[in-house]
Amino acid sequence: MYRRWLWPSFALPGVLWLVLLFVVPFYAVLGVAFGTVDPILFQPVPIWNPLEWNVGWLNEVLGRLAPGGIWFDVGIRTIVYVLVSLALCLLIGYPVAYFTARHAGRWKGVILILIILPLWISYMMRMLAWVNLLQTDGYVNDFLTFTHVLSQPRDWLGGSASTVILALVYGYIPYLILPLFASLDRIERSHLEAARDLGASPWSAFRTVTLPLSKTGILGGAVLITLPMFGDYFTPNIVSGAPSTSMIGNQIDLYFHGGPQPTIGAALTIVLAAFLTILMLYYMRSIHRAQREAGTVGAL
Amino acid sequence: MTAVAEPRARPQPSTLTRLRGWFRNPWGKPRFLAVFTWAYILWSIVPVLIAVQFSFNATRSRTVWDSFSTRWYWGDPVDSVWHDESLRHALVQSFKLAGATVLIAVPIGVLLALGLARWRGRGSGTSNFIMLFPLVTPEIVMGVALLLVFSHVFTFVHTGTVAQILGHVTFSISFVVVIVRGRLFSIGRQYEEAAADLGASPFVALTRVLLPLLAPAIIASAAVVFAISADDFVISQWLSSGGSTDTVPIQIYAATRAAPLPSVNAIATIMMVSTLLIVTVGFLAWRFLTRGERRAGTAAEDMGGAFNLN
Repeated sequence: MYRRWLWPSFALPGVLWLVLLFVVPFYAVLGVAFGTVDPILFQPVPIWNPLEWNVGWLNEVLGRLAPGGIWFDVGIRTIVYVLVSLALCLLIGYPVAYFTARHAGRWKGVILILIILPLWISYMMRMLAWVNLLQTDGYVNDFLTFTHVLSQPRDWLGGSASTVILALVYGYIPYLILPLFASLDRIERSHLEAARDLGASPWSAFRTVTLPLSKTGILGGAVLITLPMFGDYFTPNIVSGAPSTSMIGNQIDLYFHGGPQPTIGAALTIVLAAFLTILMLYYMRSIHRAQREAGTVGAL
Repeated sequence: MTAVAEPRARPQPSTLTRLRGWFRNPWGKPRFLAVFTWAYILWSIVPVLIAVQFSFNATRSRTVWDSFSTRWYWGDPVDSVWHDESLRHALVQSFKLAGATVLIAVPIGVLLALGLARWRGRGSGTSNFIMLFPLVTPEIVMGVALLLVFSHVFTFVHTGTVAQILGHVTFSISFVVVIVRGRLFSIGRQYEEAAADLGASPFVALTRVLLPLLAPAIIASAAVVFAISADDFVISQWLSSGGSTDTVPIQIYAATRAAPLPSVNAIATIMMVSTLLIVTVGFLAWRFLTRGERRAGTAAEDMGGAFNLN
């Protein structure tokens, strides 16, 4: 019965690859995080048997993240940066996606290509662009001093929270606009016309028809950018580099690149991954619910 | 001179009334949104163009424009991309990783997409689930995991080019699967069934019917994988063994934190132009191979759809 085995055998190399290089590596993080450290060489000694796992490192990391711990501020800062960036991305991205899907007319193709374009430009190139602009003698300071908004050039790159948030928004917003556009583009014009014919004002038609129908796009886009933002360390490093803007990702980076204790880094990675998994499950539940609601609106 | 009053049909409404009129007119053009959208597009692209401009600066400054020169590409005997060994190596390394990743990830991904789309039975659900995970795992988590697996489990793999390729393929496979599977769903099963009815074996139906129909998706996914591999920073950095295995994004990252020269802008520009060329070729190939199938613009949506989870 080779027909029965044909399709699974097609999937085999890919599944095997992902098991060996995605699932096993995760177990390796667990093994190191719950392992011990060689007292002389300070090298991590992983423990592979879950029954013998040592939770000391995890407790240590959770203690540091708890109120009063040395990472409490970093944790709060990470959440604040991500939430503010997400809000800004939505505020900027929704009108853009809405206009492109609904009103762009014959410009739609061009606008779409221009919106997708940044996705194909390296993230580092786009950060480099802003580092150039934000230098003390860069164009941003030139413009702001010329228009007398600032009396003298400001040091944007020396640990400013607003610069880090600007960079995060600039870096991740294209990934939000695309799913938003896709969900707005799918909405049937007839639903809106029906709402308007039944006497809804433009605003209430938007609020009761367009917004609920685009909820899956909002949630999908939001999850697509919040997950990587929570793990970001290179953006704050590039545009600030100061400890005052350091995020959780920076702590993980420090513990592996230069720090002496990869074990603590591994334990922190586990905590981050667990936090993001909870976030992901919450999003999946909301998307499920939104799709059900959208189904009811569509049926009307 | 007497002012001759222009005859007016009716008095001009005030700006406020006109704004309200725009807002109230349900089918009128939302001019505010149009301005906002174009402003967004300028904001998203102009900084990059300025960075490109400064790669052609004649002086060492990346902030004060002097005059046009190709000094930072090849003219400068020490610091140009062509003469600075670390920059030239980074360029070679980036292309090497992207090329190898395409060659490995695309075949594996195409097979996985076919398998997952047609395989109904024990293990298919789990496999599908595992496939989706790399798309939502932050790169730093994947970087830590791969670094630890190469230092504690697969100790025969040392950090460096091989480890970097293994890492890049791991996060690329899922993108190939998503793109190819989208195409599989839009093709449907009728062509395969027709082939089977006409006496083709599953293998013949696959190679003679299904694969040619999948060609646009295969080319598009190759372009996408090249772009995301060339763009990747985190996995390359975590699995780099330093020096000769640093890629272009790593060089840009390292240079922006030190005191960079316009040669960094130059190498970033070279990388950007190469990636955009390859993506454009992929896009045009998709358009050409699917001509007559759908309305225009869908290819852009499909290629962008690689980033869409829904």
